[in-house]
Amino acid sequence: MKNKFVHNALVFFAIFTMTITGAMANTLEKAKTTGKFTLAYRESSIPFSYLGEDGKPLGFGWEMCKLIAEEVKKETGRKDLVVESQAVTSQNRIPLIQNGTVDVECGSTTNNSERGKQVTFAINYFYTGTRFLVKADSGIKSINDLKGKKVVSTTGTTNYQILRNLNDEKKYGFELLGAKDHADALLMVESGMANAFGMDDILLYGLKASSKESAKLAVVGESIQVEPYAIMFRKDDPKFQALVNKVITNSIKSGEFEKAYKKWFQTNIPPKNVNLNAPMSKELKDNLKALSDKPAL
Amino acid sequence: MFTLDWSFLSKKVVGTQTYFSWLMTAWETTLTISLFAFVIAFTLGFLMGVLRTTQNKYLVLIGNIWTEIFRNIPVLVQIFLWYFVIPKIFPIFSKLPAFALAVIALGLFTSSRISEQVRAGIQSIPTDQRYASLALGLTTYQSYRFVLLPVAFRLVLPPLTSEAMNVIKNSSVAFAVSIAELTMYAIQVQEETARGIEVYLVVTALYFISALIVNLISIVVEKSIQIPHFIGGKK
Amino acid sequence: MSLDFSFLTLKVINNIILTGLIFSIKLTLISMVLGIILGTLLAMMRLSKYKFLSSFALAYVTIIRSIPLVMVILWVFLLIPLFIGRSLGTEYSAIITFTLFEAAFYAEIMRAGIQSVKRDQANAGYALGMNYFQCMGYIVLPQAFRNMLPVLLTQTIVLFQDTSLVYAIGAFDLLKGFSIISKNFNRPVEAYILATIVYFIICFGLSYLVKRIQNRVRIVR
Repeated sequence: MKNKFVHNALVFFAIFTMTITGAMANTLEKAKTTGKFTLAYRESSIPFSYLGEDGKPLGFGWEMCKLIAEEVKKETGRKDLVVESQAVTSQNRIPLIQNGTVDVECGSTTNNSERGKQVTFAINYFYTGTRFLVKADSGIKSINDLKGKKVVSTTGTTNYQILRNLNDEKKYGFELLGAKDHADALLMVESGMANAFGMDDILLYGLKASSKESAKLAVVGESIQVEPYAIMFRKDDPKFQALVNKVITNSIKSGEFEKAYKKWFQTNIPPKNVNLNAPMSKELKDNLKALSDKPAL
Repeated sequence: MFTLDWSFLSKKVVGTQTYFSWLMTAWETTLTISLFAFVIAFTLGFLMGVLRTTQNKYLVLIGNIWTEIFRNIPVLVQIFLWYFVIPKIFPIFSKLPAFALAVIALGLFTSSRISEQVRAGIQSIPTDQRYASLALGLTTYQSYRFVLLPVAFRLVLPPLTSEAMNVIKNSSVAFAVSIAELTMYAIQVQEETARGIEVYLVVTALYFISALIVNLISIVVEKSIQIPHFIGGKK
Repeated sequence: MSLDFSFLTLKVINNIILTGLIFSIKLTLISMVLGIILGTLLAMMRLSKYKFLSSFALAYVTIIRSIPLVMVILWVFLLIPLFIGRSLGTEYSAIITFTLFEAAFYAEIMRAGIQSVKRDQANAGYALGMNYFQCMGYIVLPQAFRNMLPVLLTQTIVLFQDTSLVYAIGAFDLLKGFSIISKNFNRPVEAYILATIVYFIICFGLSYLVKRIQNRVRIVR
């Protein structure tokens, strides 16, 4: 019996050490032959890509994705192209791009070089850095005030990684906790179990805006390690990469991009009709001129 | 094309820590939580199980209420209860670290299941033995100590093994309250390395190995306390 | 501290708690039915004379029973899209996970159930000219199922409790409903107390029912 236990374990793992194939290289070719093009959306990445009250995706990135789909229609010459949508999470977005389930993701995905080995990113379309959500009366103004305090970040995010590494390198001396999702992390700050919640500032603005006690919360600190968000698609597909970048460039040059930015970041948006009040960062302004797809480290 | 790539394990995380050494720390945390929780579960579970077999109806009631409460609430809800609710109502608990709260929650949840096994074990012993021991002039305490419990203990060992495995498995929900154990490692590291399948594989393998270890320990324990020609003896 | 349950309006109960509860119940019932079917098949394989089948069933049951449900949930959610080429969404993913996971536990129960039926009965069936499947279907399984009914139902209560773990993939179950309330109304203490009460009432009520069924089954035998 016990020998079998070990034997079975080996068989089980052997199955997974086999390679899994099934990716397709050329997105435009695929769209042309199948007549289908699939956009990935996130369920709650406000305001990039999230579900509205009617259960349909919307957001800043989502609008960009729809522009890309239009361009694919033109490029392939298929007016009957069916544009489908598919929810992804931070856990499965990369595998789903790789295996061809979805063709392009316009969410809040950080463009970094580790991911660049597995997927390709378009021109960076947003910049965010890690900052802290604290209680307004806590007296915490910057990361230097966090010595001996408890800092929470969401498990499964790069922010957790950044804060951990920074705390090690610069000896800020805070205790880093992991929460299972953003809502729990917010709850831990509101209930005093943690003193600060370190996360992408744009997400913190969103969480603060939707909180019942918005006025009692504040987003503080200098942006730590500003990182770009970018639209993501399959690797080694220069034709499609050119198409996506053309769409972004055109929208920047025509002023559409800035209009969309104002709409999603500086006016009231659904579902709670709140204004994120997030002015365009210096990094993004610069990139609207540089049009770079340079990744974070 | 997709191939497995394990090189992330040797990469540096912070200081001298690599993803491999972090994995080992996480495994240690999983095993430590499980061990402490099992000690609590075993102690309280045994006590409550025994209470439920006594002749005193108040003791039986205490044992029953205990068991029903901790058995009929999902373990994740119990963890949240200890983490978010109890410290608000009883501020003294807010001084305890999350680790201790998770251990208590897991321990109490499992104690209800052990209490069931112990009760069933004692009740499966023919009542003659209880009466015989009382007739010999033993007190209730003595009859438990020298007659019923030694037998009951051996009887509940196999189910206790599976409860010990359950504690390890259930410790995976502790990640929901900021404990850096294996599941938390899986979720965080698959994001950092973008190597989901490899990370899940290695974490799953460690859970599997942990279960295997418990299994082996229980075989050794069972052999060492087995009474020849008696219940619990291997076929 | 004082508790304040005033957020508990009919609208909240309807929109949030019931939505979650219905999903939890749906997930429990579907996984129970599919899990018992798959579990029975596994139990039959486990007891089969063909070594290939019995080792497969043994491996399946042993492996599933030694890894945490949360990991299985994450695995299925990650792997299914890789194998079938598209994501199934959290609901279907959860149903598949729970069916596969609970089948391993139902399989052990059904194996004990099948073994609780005297071998003579199956032999008598064969003597009457029945084949293996007739024998199982008409003689062994109905008795095995009946003998094990209380245990199967108890496992189902565990299954219902386990559905709370779908938070790992963000499905909207009963517990998620309470955590939404905790967030929207900023009343975590009250929300989790309510969650505890609701889960307790449901699970305690069900286990009381199982006890009654157990007594009835006992009388019939």
